[in-house]
Amino acid sequence: MQFGIFTVGDVTTDPTTHRTPSEAERIAAMVAIALKTEEAGLDVFATGEHHNPPFVPSSPTTMLGYIAAQTDRIILSTSTTLITTNDPVKIAEDFAMLQHLAGGRVDLMMGRGNMGPVYPWFGQDIRNGIPLAIENYALLRRLWREDVVDWQGQFRTPLTGYTSTPKPLDGVPPFVWHGSIRSPEIAEQAAYYGDGYFHNNIFWPPEHVQRMVALYRRRFEHYGHGRADQAIVGLGGQVFMRPDSQAAIREFRPYFDHAPVYGGGPSLEDYMSQTPLTVGSPQQVIDRTLGFRDIVGDYQRQLFLVDHAGLPLPVVLEQLEMLGDLVVPVLRREFDALRPAGVPDGPTHESLKMAADVPALAASR
Amino acid sequence: MTQRSIVAVSAGLGQPSATRLLADRLVAATERSYSGLYKLFFDVLERDGLAGKPVLIGATGGTPRHSLALDHAIRPMFAYLNALVMPTPVFAASDDWGQDAALEDGSLIDRIERAGREFAGAIAPGGRTPPADPFADPVPFDQLLRSSSS
Repeated sequence: MQFGIFTVGDVTTDPTTHRTPSEAERIAAMVAIALKTEEAGLDVFATGEHHNPPFVPSSPTTMLGYIAAQTDRIILSTSTTLITTNDPVKIAEDFAMLQHLAGGRVDLMMGRGNMGPVYPWFGQDIRNGIPLAIENYALLRRLWREDVVDWQGQFRTPLTGYTSTPKPLDGVPPFVWHGSIRSPEIAEQAAYYGDGYFHNNIFWPPEHVQRMVALYRRRFEHYGHGRADQAIVGLGGQVFMRPDSQAAIREFRPYFDHAPVYGGGPSLEDYMSQTPLTVGSPQQVIDRTLGFRDIVGDYQRQLFLVDHAGLPLPVVLEQLEMLGDLVVPVLRREFDALRPAGVPDGPTHESLKMAADVPALAASR
Repeated sequence: MTQRSIVAVSAGLGQPSATRLLADRLVAATERSYSGLYKLFFDVLERDGLAGKPVLIGATGGTPRHSLALDHAIRPMFAYLNALVMPTPVFAASDDWGQDAALEDGSLIDRIERAGREFAGAIAPGGRTPPADPFADPVPFDQLLRSSSS
């Protein structure tokens, strides 16, 4: 099982000090968080992609390439890559290049983006969100798998005799997760291709998460990629920890109450009972996260949001240390012990390469 | 059996609220006619979310002079959303809540019962085709793929 961090990349004022980091500080903080993710023994760092303030990560492969050069082990990923407004040809090129530079430590999560105004800035229309995700991804897959592509579709200029370079490392395209919170079409898409499905459950009640993941699993089996329990599932979660749970609540409450993403709605207590938000001791985070398995079954990737609500960098780095020292080792042990034989671990470049070699080997005999 | 939900959308923000009181009565009247329902409250409506769905409209006001507000303002809005609006809207003026009023013909209670019956008929099994459950029956992907690249 893979554990990691996903960051939105928002510039948010710290409500306790009223200090707003500069873009330069936020970008440097994101890099520091990524490096700490590796140091703390976690497996994945994923960045969001946004094209409007108050967010800074408009160019994920630039940032991930910089992080790749300073890390050895973590998988670099996205949360999400906009399959709707990015040109699939450029996604194919950028991520194949990143994959080479990072020695295969790259995967990506497709998302549609939920900011209406962003679409027209890139010549698209949010009402075409689903058809764009379907057409663009179908093209992206071909670009990573076929040598010369002739292609024609609705949304992009046709391709004649196009070859995407560089080709994926070892001929193995980066693993793709499809992120969708509430669109059955995207769960269906992930199932159809046998790709991963990521439900960013951080604002959603368990009943809904269960329904979406169950749909993906059922259709994964329907399309012949394996049993439903072998489908590749990822979940989000957001945490704030202190050794003493009351201290955690006390320290986090002003952040919760005033941050744009949380404040002005239900109370911290309501939020914690209805969504995965866990503010408390490391043991509470362990118990809560293990409980996700009861909702979606054995899953492959758990990403935590820890740099939310304007928390200052030193606090975020402490959170990562606690995850690495106290939480993830226990979760790893427990999840591994519970996972039945035949249910795969989280995909890596090496595991995909091996899987690709097996049929090739069989064919050569 | 397909489970149906009744959603009461109320703009009554006061405490107590006569509008919420009426909403509760309307849902209760429907439940009396058709059991096994529960109500849910949503705060956001999606586009096309109400298309083809039975809607029972009601409002409260200080005097009966506002009673046409439902037919003149609220009904066209739901017509725009392609909802199936019940023929009987229920308007409750302050006077309607008086005890004597309850005994008259065409009283608030009568109107609530009538509207509740209409609504129950519209959502009852056989009354209309249940909406497709997108999580139970997703559109098969080859169909999505074809419609995207046509």
